[in-house]
Amino acid sequence: MTTPMLEIRDLHVRIDASGTGGTDGEAILRGIDLVLPAGEVHAIMGPNGSGKSTLAHVLAGKPGYEVTKGEVLFEGRDLLSIAPEGRARAGVFLAFQYPVEIPGVGNMYFLKQAVNAVRSHRGLEELDAMEFLSLAREKMKLVEMPEELAKRGVNEGFSGGEKKRNEILQMALLDPKLCLLDETDSGLDIDALRVIAGGVNALRGPARSMLLITHYQRLLDYIVPDHVHVLAGGRIVKSGGKELARELEDKGYGWLQAMRAPAG
Amino acid sequence: MSNQTLEQLAKADYEWGFTTDVEQDILEPGLSEDVIRVISAKKSEPSWMLDWRLDGYRRWLQLAEPHHWAKLSYAPIDYQAIRYYAAPKQKKQLQSLDELDPEIRRTYEKLGIPLGEQKLLANVAVDAVFDSVSVATTFKKELEKHGILFLPFSEAVRRAPELVRRYLGSVVPQGDNFFAALNSAVFTDGSFVYIPPGVRCPMELSTYFRINASETGQFERTLIIADKGSYVSYLEGCTAPMRDENQLHAAVVELVALDDAQIKYSTVQNWYPGDAEGRGGIYNFVTKRGKCAGRRSKISWTQVETGSAITWKYPSCILQGDDSVGEFYSVALTSKHQQADTGTKMIHIGKRTTSTIISKGISAAHGQNSYRGLVRIQKGADGARNYSQCDSLLIGDQCGAHTFPYLEVLNPTAKVEHEATTSKIGEDQLFYCQQRGISEEDAVSLIVNGFCKRVLKELPMEFAVEAQKLLGVSLEGAVG
Ligand SMILES: Nc1ncnc2c1ncn2[C@@H]1O[C@H](COP(=O)(O)OP(=O)(O)OP(=O)(O)O)[C@@H](O)[C@H]1O
Ligand SMILES: [Mg+2]
Repeated sequence: MTTPMLEIRDLHVRIDASGTGGTDGEAILRGIDLVLPAGEVHAIMGPNGSGKSTLAHVLAGKPGYEVTKGEVLFEGRDLLSIAPEGRARAGVFLAFQYPVEIPGVGNMYFLKQAVNAVRSHRGLEELDAMEFLSLAREKMKLVEMPEELAKRGVNEGFSGGEKKRNEILQMALLDPKLCLLDETDSGLDIDALRVIAGGVNALRGPARSMLLITHYQRLLDYIVPDHVHVLAGGRIVKSGGKELARELEDKGYGWLQAMRAPAG
Repeated sequence: MSNQTLEQLAKADYEWGFTTDVEQDILEPGLSEDVIRVISAKKSEPSWMLDWRLDGYRRWLQLAEPHHWAKLSYAPIDYQAIRYYAAPKQKKQLQSLDELDPEIRRTYEKLGIPLGEQKLLANVAVDAVFDSVSVATTFKKELEKHGILFLPFSEAVRRAPELVRRYLGSVVPQGDNFFAALNSAVFTDGSFVYIPPGVRCPMELSTYFRINASETGQFERTLIIADKGSYVSYLEGCTAPMRDENQLHAAVVELVALDDAQIKYSTVQNWYPGDAEGRGGIYNFVTKRGKCAGRRSKISWTQVETGSAITWKYPSCILQGDDSVGEFYSVALTSKHQQADTGTKMIHIGKRTTSTIISKGISAAHGQNSYRGLVRIQKGADGARNYSQCDSLLIGDQCGAHTFPYLEVLNPTAKVEHEATTSKIGEDQLFYCQQRGISEEDAVSLIVNGFCKRVLKELPMEFAVEAQKLLGVSLEGAVG
């Protein structure tokens, strides 16, 4: 059997408030198990506050969470012991639900720094300004990003949809192995959704896996997943094929939460 | 950010901390009328210059150190323990730059400032001040073709006495404040610039200050006069060796802009900041002021202050001419145990005068950063306008940022706007960068440079690059 891209085993996570002087919060993830083979796309759905973003954050190494139990393997290696930038360089990419603004830092300059940090980690030569520019132009076409946005500060004054487009542009530039897309579809108009889905589909391949967090079937019409998981109350309460998403669209989450196994 | 990160932040290395071995002509520590007479004699000054100094000294004796209002804390300075004159020994008057002591030349090369004119790539004329004296001024002849005077101050006293007598102290009088009075008494060298009417200075003028001798104070004086319709851009850079003692730097800069003249004055201050425990470092007490004496004149101060244990300076504009313009763009970074109390004063006297203040303060480690700014609109300043924006960025939780804006509006037609923000460097921003493969250290420097962009873009190109590098180096060690 080949090693899966990502394997999550009995993952328990709570808010770590030690840095802020607050008390530690209750558990948010309560035993997640998930196997994502190379080349597959899995969708994660679930009610607001069920822990979807938390899962994505923990996988990317965001501070502020404490893993109380379980492990995560990325290509068979322990992921949780790697620093956030190390995970990024190894090929973990998170398209944020709420991308942050970094005022005054040119978007292109930022992207070039990122691309070269990742390239030099992978033993590739750093790109010079001209080489980077032509690569960036090519990828910008893929997500139909206007040049004007590239000249501004990172996400500075971008509309919600523009920010999402910028995330996918970065994903295309950084050439990751594991893509975590957190509600990349929310806030997009119909045309933008089609463009972005096209961009994501172009990146699908046998060596790349994706975890697609979404609330809407609509996205899954464009990016057809291999599996769909439902996250509720910090656990995966149901998994199935792409037809599960349609069922959820019709019935909502109530029936699943009712059949959730009692805590144990 | 982790504690380790903050510790490393505080320990960033100072690359400019070496000393130079040269034979010195040096005065014993101590200050008295006699010491002032000796300094004046060493510079073969005319008697009016000596009298002016002595006047400054007597005023200084009457003044108290401005301890009470600035948000700075330091042990009292013993003014009798300081040397007021140190100069590299030179056998005779230099005929050309090639005769310069090779040790000193090497020092400037190490600092990235080549003094041979043929080697200067950039379009910058340099006056290099080493301890108490100017050791080299480049491009003199080229400038004189345009009638521009760019001279070491002591030479200006001899060669342009009329201009010096007329303008020296006209913006910062001897008794202006404690440190200005001290400077008036003992100032050693510095630069003098005169741009004739209608001349646009064809290159950047630059002074590079270097403290080398120990126990020595540096007291330079700069005077720039832009005659009607002229333009000049002036750059100032500074470094000093690493020493355990605190060394005093008390400079005075006076700018005068006549009708339609423009002066752009840029500083990158990188005096030795002291070590991570707060030992040593330069005490930087500086008075900088410009007078927009003429109509439609403009003075623009841009400063990037990353060095010194203590920085106390308020580059200011007196907007006397109608329609004159004053600008102040500042980045002040305090890390380690550095303290900065800096800002500006905009005094609106003429009609329709406008001023802009953009201040960016960054505090890391145990750094304390205060912005102190005064905007005064005098009675006659009809239609005066001011816009101030003061932003503070905190890195870690042991540092501090403080903002003290003072407003005195005596004319009801004036428009004054003030905005201030304080933010912590965002964990979210850092994580966003890290998630893209950028290290924490690079992320900090990226975010800080973005924060300062509005100010950095006011600097001449080469200086902006240097300043960006400095901001990065000053925060170095930010690896998680
Ligand atoms: N820093 C925090 N402090 C306290 N509670 C938190 C923190 N971060 C997340 N939570 C809580 O954890 C739960 C899961 O949040 P999370 O953002 O993972 O949900 P989500 O499934 O992504 O929801 P949505 O669909 O609305 O994006 C929520 O109840 C949220 O309030
Ligand atoms: Mg979410």
